[in-house]
Amino acid sequence: MRISSIGYTLKQGISNIWRNKMFSLASMATMSACIFLFGLFFAIVTNFQAMVKEAEAGVAVTVFFNEGITQGEIDRIGEEIGKRVEVSEYNFISAEEAWEEFKTEYFGDDAQAADGFKDDNPLANSASYEIYMNDISMQATLVDYLTSLEGVREVRQSETVANTLSDFNNLIGYISVGIILILLLVAVFLISNTVTTGIAVRKDEIGIMKLIGATDYFVRAPFVIEGVLIGVIGSALPLALLYFLYNKVVVYIGEKFGFLNTLMNFLPAKEVFETLVPVALILGVGIGFLGSKITIRKHLKV
Amino acid sequence: MIKLEHVSKAYSAGIPALNDINLEIEEGEFVFVVGDSGSGKSTLIKLLLKELEPTEGTIIVDGKKLNSIRRRHVPKFRRNLGVVFQDFRLLKDRNVYDNVAFAQRVIGASVRESRRKVPAMLSMVGLAAKYKSYPKQLSGGEQQRVAIARALVNQPKILLADEPTGNLDANNAWEIMKLLEEINARGTTVVVVTHNMEIVKAMNRRVITIQKGIIVSDEKGDGDED
Repeated sequence: MRISSIGYTLKQGISNIWRNKMFSLASMATMSACIFLFGLFFAIVTNFQAMVKEAEAGVAVTVFFNEGITQGEIDRIGEEIGKRVEVSEYNFISAEEAWEEFKTEYFGDDAQAADGFKDDNPLANSASYEIYMNDISMQATLVDYLTSLEGVREVRQSETVANTLSDFNNLIGYISVGIILILLLVAVFLISNTVTTGIAVRKDEIGIMKLIGATDYFVRAPFVIEGVLIGVIGSALPLALLYFLYNKVVVYIGEKFGFLNTLMNFLPAKEVFETLVPVALILGVGIGFLGSKITIRKHLKV
Repeated sequence: MIKLEHVSKAYSAGIPALNDINLEIEEGEFVFVVGDSGSGKSTLIKLLLKELEPTEGTIIVDGKKLNSIRRRHVPKFRRNLGVVFQDFRLLKDRNVYDNVAFAQRVIGASVRESRRKVPAMLSMVGLAAKYKSYPKQLSGGEQQRVAIARALVNQPKILLADEPTGNLDANNAWEIMKLLEEINARGTTVVVVTHNMEIVKAMNRRVITIQKGIIVSDEKGDGDED
């Protein structure tokens, strides 16, 4: 294909958009709305997932040992634990450390009450490993393994927290997929309508082209370009708007609801948009391409 | 150049639009196809363009059997044919030059080639001075000239004209016919479908008469060169 033909096709695609301005605008607006909602959803979901992840990271499994176990055996168990794929981090807490922590937490200022125990550590057998996981859904497997280890007396876990968090994560995943699918269908339908109008408006021209001996490709290409351009514009606009809003909203929430800061840590815009921009652009272009392609096949028997 | 063997075309179960047509047109001929409306003239043009498929029979155009041309090769086949219609079918949003250049564009000609051929074609049809005008600024005769220039710019071997003078007054009709004769004199085979009997008689060329889908007469005129 000649360069001049490519230029011509591109020009035709643009003038198609210009010729039925109203429909093109409507398509772009709907596309923008879809991508905007998608982006909004994406930003919320990624932030939420990051927060859940953070909460997950705080969920630990604690392993206690049999009475009279030696430090050497404890170290060996520690090594075994460190080898597991589920484990992201594990800390040894000695009986003394456990007692110290207990004292500050429960007796606090009343140091005298603790003095009663003197050197007799009531938590003498409470040395433990605190184990953090890469993925909370792996907790059950890890616990099974830990229980089977020799020298392990008890494995303490928080099943409810683990299950709730991973269920919640799944739920968010399903909802996002559902909403995104609906949005995509709506957008494809709209682009298809725009291209149909374009074809109706240019019916004479297409007829003339065919009689002169234009190839199918030559007739179809401008419509595909039209769809893709609508897709590009329809996704670039909401992305810009989202970027602007995201920064504003994060700052706003930080200022107005300062108490939430400990609960919610928003991801920096860069982190969200690094993924969102390419995904949204590909979506936009893909929808535009598909929408016009399907329509041409249906309405343009050339 | 054009050969039809036992060609029939029926649109539905009813009376066939064309019924067992046998016809041969030589290279360089100028032929009128006449008949009342609904006689099957336009169907004939559509069959030659492979816009329609015959129900029966074989059509050969420029040595190619139309029945066996694959769909994707139809565009290339059509580039051998120039077509002119009663209603001109110009692109209203483009000027005269662009309307003619459009045909070049469609076949993938380079811009340089178009710049050479389009003005030449426009001066042949006598519209070189109006290359910037838009269709609505032109008279019917002028619009038809643009359509002829567009049909010829890709140098087809055959020019099919479907009622080219149908929308024109007598003077303009004559001008267009003269132009078609001139084109024929340069070697292009010209087939004109019309029911303007006045012109047909005056031109004195081969006349094929179709009635109710059947060729009822095929008379060679004195104006034919062979």
